[in-house]
Amino acid sequence: METYQLTVNGQPMEVTVDSGTPLLWVLRDELKMTGTKYGCGIAACGACTVHLGGIPTRSCVVPISLVRGRPVVTIEGVRRDPVGRVVQDAWVSHDVVQCGYCQSGQIMTAVALLKAIPKPTDADVEQSMGGNLCRCATYVRIREAIRIASGELK
Amino acid sequence: MTALQRMAFVFLLAWPPNRTASDHAARDHGTSARAASRSAQTEGVAAWGQIYSVLTHPRCINCHTATIYPQQGDDRHRHFANVVRGVEGKGVAALQCVSCHQQVNADTTGVPGASGWHLAPLSMRWQDGDDRILSSAEVCKAVTDRSRNNGLDGPGLLKHHSEEPLVLWAFEPGRGTDGRPRTLPPLTHDQFVDATRRWVDAGMPCPKAP
Amino acid sequence: MLRRIQAETDPRWNRRAFLKVSAAATGGLLVSLYLDRPALAQEAVAAPPAKVFPPDAFVHIRPDGTTVIQVNRLEFGQGIHTALPMILADEMDADWSRVVAELAPADPVYADPVFGIQMVGQSSSITDSFTQYRELGARTRAMLVGAAAARWKIPEGDCRTESGVVHGPNGRSATYAELAEAAALIPVPKKIRLKSPNAFRLVGTKTRRLDSRPKCDGSLKFGLDLDVPGMKIALVAHPPVFGARVKRFDAAAARAVEAVRDVFEIPLARGTGVAVVADRFWPAKQGRDRLRIEWDLAGTERPDSGRLFAAYRDLARTTGNIAVARGEANAMHAIPESRRIAAEYEFPFLAHTPMEPLNTTIRLDGDRAEVWAGSQFQTSDQLAIAEVLGLKPAQVAFHTEMAGGGFGRRAVPDSHIQREAAAIAKRLRGVPVKLIWTREDDVQGGYYRPMHVHRVEVGVGSDGLPTAWRHVIVGQSLVAGTPFAPMLIKNGVDSTAVEGAADTHYAIPNFHLSAHHPASSVPVLWFRSVGHTHNTFVMETLVDELAMRAAMDPIEYRLKLLKPDAKRVRSTLTLLQEKAGWRRSVPREHAVGIACVQCFGTAVACAAEVSVEEKRPRIHRVTVALNCGLAVNPLTIESQFQGGVGFGVTQLISKGAITLKDGRVEQRNFDGYCPPYMKDAPAAVDVHIVRSDEKPTGCGEPPVPVIAPAVVNALFRLTGKRYRTLPLTTL
Repeated sequence: METYQLTVNGQPMEVTVDSGTPLLWVLRDELKMTGTKYGCGIAACGACTVHLGGIPTRSCVVPISLVRGRPVVTIEGVRRDPVGRVVQDAWVSHDVVQCGYCQSGQIMTAVALLKAIPKPTDADVEQSMGGNLCRCATYVRIREAIRIASGELK
Repeated sequence: MTALQRMAFVFLLAWPPNRTASDHAARDHGTSARAASRSAQTEGVAAWGQIYSVLTHPRCINCHTATIYPQQGDDRHRHFANVVRGVEGKGVAALQCVSCHQQVNADTTGVPGASGWHLAPLSMRWQDGDDRILSSAEVCKAVTDRSRNNGLDGPGLLKHHSEEPLVLWAFEPGRGTDGRPRTLPPLTHDQFVDATRRWVDAGMPCPKAP
Repeated sequence: MLRRIQAETDPRWNRRAFLKVSAAATGGLLVSLYLDRPALAQEAVAAPPAKVFPPDAFVHIRPDGTTVIQVNRLEFGQGIHTALPMILADEMDADWSRVVAELAPADPVYADPVFGIQMVGQSSSITDSFTQYRELGARTRAMLVGAAAARWKIPEGDCRTESGVVHGPNGRSATYAELAEAAALIPVPKKIRLKSPNAFRLVGTKTRRLDSRPKCDGSLKFGLDLDVPGMKIALVAHPPVFGARVKRFDAAAARAVEAVRDVFEIPLARGTGVAVVADRFWPAKQGRDRLRIEWDLAGTERPDSGRLFAAYRDLARTTGNIAVARGEANAMHAIPESRRIAAEYEFPFLAHTPMEPLNTTIRLDGDRAEVWAGSQFQTSDQLAIAEVLGLKPAQVAFHTEMAGGGFGRRAVPDSHIQREAAAIAKRLRGVPVKLIWTREDDVQGGYYRPMHVHRVEVGVGSDGLPTAWRHVIVGQSLVAGTPFAPMLIKNGVDSTAVEGAADTHYAIPNFHLSAHHPASSVPVLWFRSVGHTHNTFVMETLVDELAMRAAMDPIEYRLKLLKPDAKRVRSTLTLLQEKAGWRRSVPREHAVGIACVQCFGTAVACAAEVSVEEKRPRIHRVTVALNCGLAVNPLTIESQFQGGVGFGVTQLISKGAITLKDGRVEQRNFDGYCPPYMKDAPAAVDVHIVRSDEKPTGCGEPPVPVIAPAVVNALFRLTGKRYRTLPLTTL
């Protein structure tokens, strides 16, 4: 067990856990921030996506020991980012979700995409979102919501 | 100078074998010089053979693909979750290699890691578009082509094999998601560097295409 | 509101009030798990005795005007969390902007009116509860009007209602919140008048989901997210072969993991396993990974996909239990070989893999238990937990949590997850425990859509239409050995295995269908659209082949072949012709495939535009036409169909099959078993609903069966190959 300092959504946090504990489980079980989801544990589905040092990252495979002070942004804090606000609002106005379980990861991934490429092509969208699983297959509405959000970005 | 002395002199010129293949000083000096040079060539090609056996091991070749995707596993299947190469071999905007692969192996979660995880450029592909491994001659040609290999000469290649983090990774590749250690290339890193040195010293000879 | 929900004042219930509904209000509802009614929802049903549902169990108007509506079944994405409250709120004339929906806990009052148990499945939520929720809303409105009329001493007829307010003459008005207490004293009226459909304000309109925002900002808690004070996490090491038992195990290394609290063997639905209990998920997983278990495989079947398919193929060559015997048994003899088609189909096991891994949280405390679970089968799950804990169901407070996907995986007749959790809770007496199935547990744990082999012989008449059809289906029975068996197995045929073929909407005069149901130790379960997943694939690919042989347009051919009374299917094919005109001019290297189905009362027809990319089908566009009767929420319906056709691609994905080798499931996680990602699903889906005022039927499952045959029908036009073995591995 070791003690780690981390910054989550701008707030300093401290946890004492085994060094191999994935960031996902630190967020969920230690910090009680359950917006980031466990879908598979092997980075195959994207439900656990957070932003780590600005990079969209699958938190289920990053041990806390490798976070190394990089700031963490989760679904609970993405609204602090103007792109995050636009994406979340587009998701709601376009009625994207069904069961909703994958959508934290979808939104975090979409925000990362639009921050890097405010006007993505269909191919850009499919490549960047193409590793996020949605069992309800809301993909059509995800594509459309990204287009809507993109249209609202300068 | 006696004939014997002349032969000894020629022998001295042709030896040691770390002269470049283009150094044909021995050419005009008889059979033994050519034999010595051919022997050096043979040893160089043999050294290349050892290098090739490492380069084509899954721990290396999985990232030297000819396609838009990396491979995974000893069976070299397409990497899951539709990860793709991207323009710089680092993935795409919201699905980057470093979205999962960190600076070191994450053995508790089964994800390999090293500094700067990314795909080799397409110019350094060692497979064809159907994921079939290229021949020893073809790979040697690719590796020695300075217009394709990022301008590396012999010493540059030796340094790359000695120090590049992703190369070093192949010899300490960590554990997979099933908890089992990943299989290792057929040589240790030291043996690999040694073979590279011998091959570079021999003038980086490539085997003839069949 | 009307009769406040009686809160259990015991402070041990720290999360939600346990519902107490008085006997008078229930009107003597009985809940019977073992149904004696032979009919399914879509068959003609003898009218049951009129049940008066007490509004207080369903509607609560808070003093601030918030109107809380209870949803009597699980929401797992299908949208009834919004649609059912819409129905009630419309009849009630509630202020929709103040409506909040909650998932009702397990209680007899929330039973499905047709099935008699609290459940969701067979796309029956709207079908079965449409009238029920209308009546609840109408009753509530009537009681509010009664209270206003009494207060103002005027006839009830002089009142009108709108958006949460009762208006009287001379500008008098009162909000529902103001009237709620008084309304609670009004007797629940037995006879009420429902709105005429043209008076609907919500029903029939595109209405956004009520649960969107919390699902987009991380605040909504799924079952897996719950944190009950003092809770432990349990993982169970399951046998690698179905039915195996623990011979011996060494827990030393597991117990050495910090925060692991206990390790013990527990009985499972099949065989035994080892439970690891820890303070958190990660140490529980580390502990389980360090268990050394020796398994006793004696007496286990060790099923193997290769051997099973071989055995099924043999069985398919013999007639099974008769499902349908229509016309002449020997009609095929009269048809020359040149006009016969013989086809054999193979379908693998499929795993549902809902995105939220299975979980249940239980606390046993003396003679009470509290459960939190995203269950599609609350009544039977509550019963099962009570049984394991030695309690009566009424002593088990069962909270229904929002679930991250179901697809049938959370509707389990043997309640295996709940029993597993209860066995652990029993041992931890007093300490709450959350049992989690990891994704590996899920992929390897069984309860799959069964594998099937079909053997079909079709005899074609000189007009190009089929005159004889001999069909044998081989596949495990879903309901044998469960309480559903008496209802669903007739003459040895499990109706869930033949639906979509036995009840075909095509007019085929000499139709002979039989089924074999071999037993296997592989646990099997209904998978979104159930029998339609494979039967529709067979029917729609064969009919397509027939259309091609007849040189007819595939939609025209189907219209010609339809039974005269197949009105809903006819309407969808006709609408599809209108909306899919684009199919006449697709780019070169693209082709279009057609398929249709009537699934649980709803008819669907689709056209899919397909090309081959990277040796895979790329689905560019799908146009869907559907007839579900009255469309309660066209926005949800559009989503369900856009998503459902994406879900239906599961069958085609090359890594989308579960296979067993010598008893062990070969896939472990999403690396080996791959549901459709974005590029596997259609890039664009336009949905068109046939206008109808008929009683509504469901939309959760009907989209699923059509896409796989439509895509494969298109692929034939591109590659010249018929794909009768799924999944598609090479094109």
